[in-house]
Amino acid sequence: MADLAGYRRPDKGTQPEYLHPPYASTSKRAPTRPLIVLPHTLSEVTGPMFGADDVRAEDGDLTRQHNSDPLGERIIVSGRVLDENDRPVSNTLVEIWQCNAAGRYRHLNDNHNAPLDPNFTGAGRVLTDKEGRYRFVTIRPGAYPWRNHHNAWRPAHIHLSLFGRAFVTRLVTQMYFPGDPLLPHDPIFNSTADEKARNRLIAGFDWDTTAPEHALGYRFDIVLRGREATPMEK
Amino acid sequence: MGSRATASQTVGPFYRIGLEKLYVTDLAPPAAQGDRISIHGRVVDGDGKPVNDAVLEIWQANAQGKYAHPDDAQDKPLTPGFKGFGRVPVDENGEFRFTTIKPGRVPGPGETVQAPHLLIAVFMRGLLIHLFTRMYFPDDPANEADPVLKLVPAERRSTLIARKAGAGLEWDVILQGDNETVFFDY
Repeated sequence: MADLAGYRRPDKGTQPEYLHPPYASTSKRAPTRPLIVLPHTLSEVTGPMFGADDVRAEDGDLTRQHNSDPLGERIIVSGRVLDENDRPVSNTLVEIWQCNAAGRYRHLNDNHNAPLDPNFTGAGRVLTDKEGRYRFVTIRPGAYPWRNHHNAWRPAHIHLSLFGRAFVTRLVTQMYFPGDPLLPHDPIFNSTADEKARNRLIAGFDWDTTAPEHALGYRFDIVLRGREATPMEK
Repeated sequence: MGSRATASQTVGPFYRIGLEKLYVTDLAPPAAQGDRISIHGRVVDGDGKPVNDAVLEIWQANAQGKYAHPDDAQDKPLTPGFKGFGRVPVDENGEFRFTTIKPGRVPGPGETVQAPHLLIAVFMRGLLIHLFTRMYFPDDPANEADPVLKLVPAERRSTLIARKAGAGLEWDVILQGDNETVFFDY
């Protein structure tokens, strides 16, 4: 069988390192032995495919999953999923989760003394369209404290999980909001050394996404790894 | 040439909210052909303590060694209802369990053929990028010549091979230390 084209490896600094001491939890969980460079075989360049059966219409609107509207500022988060070769990634699954407007997750282990919202679960999933576009309606998540260091607060963020076309294009990331004063102090946001790469995690306020009389819009484009043009040399 | 890939960030401690809808701990439909196996294990941190907030994702071929993916051009049959994907959370003791069928062999680099294996991605709080590893099967004669196992120093290969445990298999994810699982730069 002919060798397959693999996926591009990241440029230095554009992805976090496993060990990032300002983020305390990395110290006992980051690998300490050298990673083995894995060739991209058929196993790596394939991956799970999802379809219309995996999402329901209400999964894309986190404000319509209960009997009443959740509290907080309604927002629209939308963007395109592209690969590093600028091609749209269509029909790929995008899953999101987040805390509510008060900064509380609907999760047993979240002990933050802020109210739960009976009308907000904080989970959504959609498939991208032919042009790689996705769109969620949700509420703006709150900031919340965590115990990483004294008076540590996470900037408002939405977690996103994407698959792409291969198991090696899998991406879990977080989207942040423009102008958040907590960003310069957040060890997780700052774990990506390259400033430009880091700042691409901040959504842009976007008039085109903003719906009149309804919700402010934020644009967040996501780039998944792109395929090499030719098979890697052996 | 477009932008470089978006930076990865941790799933954090509350991923269950977003990911549990697609938890899959039984990968193979009842009618799927192949040797049915039950696999269990633990995720352990650098203090030897169980990690109770990790989630594993699994990707594998069917019993014939065919991936349910359009880029797998091999002339082999697909298994109806078998996607080859699993998403398995750990419990409060850091233990996980899933059932599947043993995958067949798939092509490797050049003229090589790989030994049966599962691809495993590991996500948790404290991992800014998910870890990538593989699980192989004990006593499989194909392990000896597997092109990926050959890249791993001999003394560390056993961390990628499950052990027999009763009627099933046992395989742990050890994040740090002497028996640290081999993780790949993917």
